[in-house]
Amino acid sequence: MVQTVSKLSEDEKRRRMIIATMRRNGYAPDALIETLHTVQSAFGYLDDTALRFVAHELHIPLSKVFGVATFYHAFTLKPEGRHRCILCQGTACYVKGSQVILQAVTRAYHITPGGTTEDGELSLLTARCLGSCSLAPAAIMDENVVGNLTPEHALAALEGLTTS
Amino acid sequence: MIHHTLQALTPDDLPKVAEAENAAARDFEHTIHVCVAAGCLSLHSDQVKQGLEHQIQESGLTHCRVKGVGCMGLCSAGSLVSVRPEETLYQAVTPDDAPAIIESLSGAPVNRLICPTDRPFFTQQTRIVLANSGEIDPERLEDYIAAGGYQQLAHVLNDLTPSQVIDHVSRSGLRGRGGAGYPTGLKWGTVAKAGGPRKFVICNADEGDPGAFMDRSVLESDPHRVLEGMAIAAYAVGADEGYIYIRAEYPLAIKRLQTAIRQAERAQLLGSSILGTSFGFHVHIRLGAGAYVCGEETALIASIEGKRGQPRPRPPYPAESGLWNAPTLINNVETYANIAPIIANGPEWFASIGTERSKGTKVFALAGKIVNTGLIEVPMGTSLRTIINEIGEGIPEEHRFKAVQTGGPTGGCIPAEYLDTPVDYESLASMGSIMGSGGMIVMDEYSCMVDVARFFMEFSMSESCGKCVPCRVGTAEMYELLSRIVQGRSSIEDMALLQDLCETVKYTSLCGLGQSAPNPILSMMRYFKEEYLAHIVDHVCPAGLCQFEAVAQEVQL
Repeated sequence: MVQTVSKLSEDEKRRRMIIATMRRNGYAPDALIETLHTVQSAFGYLDDTALRFVAHELHIPLSKVFGVATFYHAFTLKPEGRHRCILCQGTACYVKGSQVILQAVTRAYHITPGGTTEDGELSLLTARCLGSCSLAPAAIMDENVVGNLTPEHALAALEGLTTS
Repeated sequence: MIHHTLQALTPDDLPKVAEAENAAARDFEHTIHVCVAAGCLSLHSDQVKQGLEHQIQESGLTHCRVKGVGCMGLCSAGSLVSVRPEETLYQAVTPDDAPAIIESLSGAPVNRLICPTDRPFFTQQTRIVLANSGEIDPERLEDYIAAGGYQQLAHVLNDLTPSQVIDHVSRSGLRGRGGAGYPTGLKWGTVAKAGGPRKFVICNADEGDPGAFMDRSVLESDPHRVLEGMAIAAYAVGADEGYIYIRAEYPLAIKRLQTAIRQAERAQLLGSSILGTSFGFHVHIRLGAGAYVCGEETALIASIEGKRGQPRPRPPYPAESGLWNAPTLINNVETYANIAPIIANGPEWFASIGTERSKGTKVFALAGKIVNTGLIEVPMGTSLRTIINEIGEGIPEEHRFKAVQTGGPTGGCIPAEYLDTPVDYESLASMGSIMGSGGMIVMDEYSCMVDVARFFMEFSMSESCGKCVPCRVGTAEMYELLSRIVQGRSSIEDMALLQDLCETVKYTSLCGLGQSAPNPILSMMRYFKEEYLAHIVDHVCPAGLCQFEAVAQEVQL
């Protein structure tokens, strides 16, 4: 009972966050990207209902909202797994062997970049550059930057992540 | 410590705040600087800072304090801690080292942690843009004011006309630090002359080049400097509203900018009637959403307007018709960071640094196969050899230098025989590369130049916005040709075809992304032709990287 109440208010809280962003920008159509950022940080991804809601509120055709949502790499239309691993594929990381790490992870978890394991535990993403070039090859696992990776390190760290 | 917040300052208040702040600082016998920029933070420097604070409290010391500061440059030796006034620099500090460091304050320094500063990495740099990095607390406005901050804005508003400001910037010889090197004064003049009721000033902080983290570091270490530069620019061109377009991948830089804007508005250094004058300037932050092409100015403007970030043909240039069709000034983070020092020291001072056509300094991010990775600032015209062998201290593990890549994924690779070239806009262009925003990635003999070209082309291919055909189709075809070469499926005719395609894409693409996408291939075919031929004719990868059969099998999957 208590859980249902808190879940409802959780959804309402997210909706209010989105409304707050739109209101702060005076419901101007140019606030679309800002609003989508808020949607993504509230829900973890851009779900269909939210996209329709934003399009309606900002008076932008849904096709345009969808166009923007799919143009930018930062937005995702699919929910992510419980844990997230972003492998940096920037030049400094590439020069220091990031591709071997990527191969090791894709083989071990049978996922490609952008994908989530079947059990919904892990999402694998790649980044153009994390700006942590001094730690190359680097990755972000959940919220932490981990650097100077080898394939063994990376797999061990992911093992620790998904069993935690 | 002073903890009341600054409100509604007048020009006369600035020196007073600075004096009070400096007097308070003198009360401390020791100030321990801990780097809290992203590089050291990912090595948990925040815990080091907490550890030191805790230790000071434990020991009951009242005459020393800990200060979180911006990037000290040598990111590969993080976490970095510097003890003042002794200027003892400690490297690879962990929270466990806190007791030893605090104990050493009354005696000899902790030898095992010392990072020697009498080496070229520290002695060969000229820090203008990075002058405050590692010195001030980026989250305290008072610290920036104590370092002379906002006094140039006050000077400009009270003593100079907009055209005098533009004249200063023009005479300094400052050129755009985003990569193209357009004369900044000329750009400001064009926007100032443009008519219309509204004008905008934009700061391009969409630092998309992999291997480049200069702008991130400046914004994390000294955000007020950029805001002051933007406000001076706004006064000069007659704008009252500004946008900072920053990538969402830089959460710490965004947070510090937000803090800085809030502080500056409260102190009347931004917002309406700045420093009690009639000049007002409002700054907004806009987040990028992971599209490399948004570094291109017209695409960036489209993105601020909430649209897909696709470039449009120029002219009209943004200086005449930019954001919401109003005249718009767009400059890079580092360009704005140069403005206050130019006003403070005079254009002649700035013009005395650098080469004949490239004035001042340039911040570079050193990465790849190099001993000292991190951030450096050197006068324009410094040779690549000095940067790589002296400041960077060469290649680790006694490997051989093969090439240095400048200008990001659309720049070029420069081989060893050109290492003595002085670095400026023209010399890099003559070598088939570009200055770009300042990323420098060093490669050793284990990097295969064909595979590197393919890596960059994959980047350009997937970052192409798809609007114009030469870029959308050309990058995909170039990628396919390069893939054939690394997989041993190509013939000698492919070389000519690749060359031809490069020229076509270079001369017919709509924006800078497509026009410069062939640069890596062109520069590598120029300097490393034998390596291409070895792949095509002999099916051998001189770097030993391309596994011809293995790769071919993987493609089948």
